[in-house]
Amino acid sequence: MIPYQPHLYKAFTMSLSTADVQKVARLARLAMNNTEIEAARVQLSGIFELIAEMQAVDTTGIAPMSHAQDLSQRLREDIVTETNQRELFQSIAPQVESGLYLVPQVIE
Amino acid sequence: MNWEIVIGLEVHTQLSTHTKIFSGASTTYGAEPNTQADAVSIALPGVLPVLNKGAVERAVKFGLAVGAHIAPRSVFARKNYFYPDLPKGYQISQFDLPVVGMGALTIQVEPLSGNAKPYEKVVRITRAHLEEDAGKSVHGATQGMTGVDLNRAGTPLLEIVSEPDMCSAAEAVAYAKTLHNLVRWIGISDGNMQEGSFRCDVNVSVRKPGEPLGTRREIKNLNSFKYMQQAIDFEVQWQIDTIENGGKIHQATILFNPDTGETRAMRSKEDAHDYRYFPDPDLLPLDITPQMLEAMRATLPELPEARRARYVNDLGLSAYDANSLTSSREMADFFDACVATVSNAKLCANWLIGELSAQLNRDGLDMAQCPVSTGQMSGMLARISDNTISNAGGKDVFRTLWAEGGDADTIIEAKGLKQVSDSGAIEALVDEIIVAQADKVAEYRSGKDKLFGFFVGLAMKASKGKANPAQLNEVLLKKLAG
Repeated sequence: MIPYQPHLYKAFTMSLSTADVQKVARLARLAMNNTEIEAARVQLSGIFELIAEMQAVDTTGIAPMSHAQDLSQRLREDIVTETNQRELFQSIAPQVESGLYLVPQVIE
Repeated sequence: MNWEIVIGLEVHTQLSTHTKIFSGASTTYGAEPNTQADAVSIALPGVLPVLNKGAVERAVKFGLAVGAHIAPRSVFARKNYFYPDLPKGYQISQFDLPVVGMGALTIQVEPLSGNAKPYEKVVRITRAHLEEDAGKSVHGATQGMTGVDLNRAGTPLLEIVSEPDMCSAAEAVAYAKTLHNLVRWIGISDGNMQEGSFRCDVNVSVRKPGEPLGTRREIKNLNSFKYMQQAIDFEVQWQIDTIENGGKIHQATILFNPDTGETRAMRSKEDAHDYRYFPDPDLLPLDITPQMLEAMRATLPELPEARRARYVNDLGLSAYDANSLTSSREMADFFDACVATVSNAKLCANWLIGELSAQLNRDGLDMAQCPVSTGQMSGMLARISDNTISNAGGKDVFRTLWAEGGDADTIIEAKGLKQVSDSGAIEALVDEIIVAQADKVAEYRSGKDKLFGFFVGLAMKASKGKANPAQLNEVLLKKLAG
C-alpha cells in the first residue's frame, strides 16, 4: 500500500485558491500570468472534483491495482545490447568535462 | 549503568549481472566515465525500462537461500528524490510489495572481547528488494560545478533488510560476514567491497533493558567489516554518553570517518513520506512463476550452513574447523575435493586452515587465485596420510608446489623426503645412539625423563629428519628402557 498522504486527500475535498496555483506554478518553474493562473485554477479544481468523486466509491475488499493493464512484466535476457554513445549523448549536454556531465555544484 | 544495544542492517549488494537492471548497458566496473551510460541510464525523454531477467533470478535465488517467502507478484515503485546522480528524478525500487519476504540467516558469533565462547544466533531478514543504483558525483573538478558519471546508474542492487535482532558489534559483523559469504557462495554478487558491491547501512539504538526501542541513528555506507565494528562501538558509546548526560538522540543519518574513528551527522533523516513512493506506471507487476522458482531452486548449491553441519556431523570436524572451511565457497570446495581423495578429513582441514591459508595471506591472494590445485594438494596430503612423508616433509613439498608447481611424488623423490619407516633401520640408528651416549642413557635410566627429547633430537638428526616420528618414539622408548 502507498502510505496515507493526508495533504493530498485534503486537497481533494476543496477547490484550489489562486495562491495554491501560484505556489504550484513556482515549484514547477512555470511563469504564468493572472489569466493563465485563473484558467489553471478552474481546470485543476475540476480534476480534484473528479478525484473526490472516485474517492467516494466504496472499495472495501478490492485489492488495489498497481497497473492499469492486467499483465505481468516481460523480462529481458541479461545480454549487453547497448554500445558506447557518449559523444552523441554529450553533444546536447550544456557542459561536459573529461567525459563527465557537469551540473551546478551539489552540496551535501 | 546497564544498556542494551539494538542493531539492524540494510545491505546493498550489487548483483553480478552483465547488464543493468532496466537496460542492456554493460555493468563492467572501472570503465571510462559515461561510456556505459545509455539512453535509459541518462534518462532521455521517452525511454522505457525493461527488466533484466538475470537480476530477478538472482533475487529469487537469494530468497530461497534464506528460506524466505518469494512474492508470486511484486511491484516496482518510484522513490522520488532530486539529485543529479539519478537524472530521472526518481529511483526505481520496490516498496510495499518486495520480491523477497521474511527469511532468516544463522550466524556464528565470535565475541570480540573477554573469554566469551563463540555462539550461534538466528537473525531474521525482513525483506529483500530489487532496485537500481545511482551514478557517481565527482566534486571539485571544476570550480562551482559537480561532475556526474552515470556508468553506475541503473546497476542492479538487492537491498537486504534485517530485523533489529543484533545486540553487539560482534553480532552485526558476524551477520554482515555471513551474508557476504552467502551472496558470493550462491553466485549472485562478486561481493567486492572496495568496488562498492557490498555496502552496509547500520541502524543503531540503545535502551535500558525492558524499555521500548530507543531512537536510532543510521550509519551509512560502511564498506569494511573493521570499520563497521569501529563505527558501531563509537556510535553506541556516543549515544550512551549523550543520554547519560541528559541529552536526547535524534533520528539522523550519519557517516563514519575511518581516519578519526568517529561518526558524525550527515543530515536529519527524512520521513519515508517525503519520497512519495508510487507504483511505476512504466513497469508491470513482476510475476514469479512456480517454474522459475523451481528452476532457481535447482541451481542452489549446498549452502554454507548445511555444509558446516555436514563437516561436524559426518566428518567429525570441530565447529571451529567447520566454520573456517566454510568461510568461502572456494575454500569449502577445495576441501571437499581433497577429502574425496585423501579421506583423512582432519588432516585436510589442518592443512587448509593452517599452511594453505597462511601462504595465501602472505601472498595477498584469495582462494580463487590459489596456485596449488586440489589435485596437487591432495597428492601431497595422501603421502602424509600413508606415512610416506612426515608433516615437516609435507611443508617442504607444499612450498615447492606453491613456488614451482609439479606433483608431490616427483618432488618427494627429487628431494629424498621419503621418511624411514623401516623398523630395522630405525632400530639400528637408535642402537648407535645408545652406545655413543652411554652417560646420558644412564642418567635417563636413573630417572631423568626429560632427556627423552634429547634422544629424539639426535635420532632425527641422524636420520636427516626422515625417520617416521611415531615409530622412532616407540623404538626409543623401548630401547632406552633397557
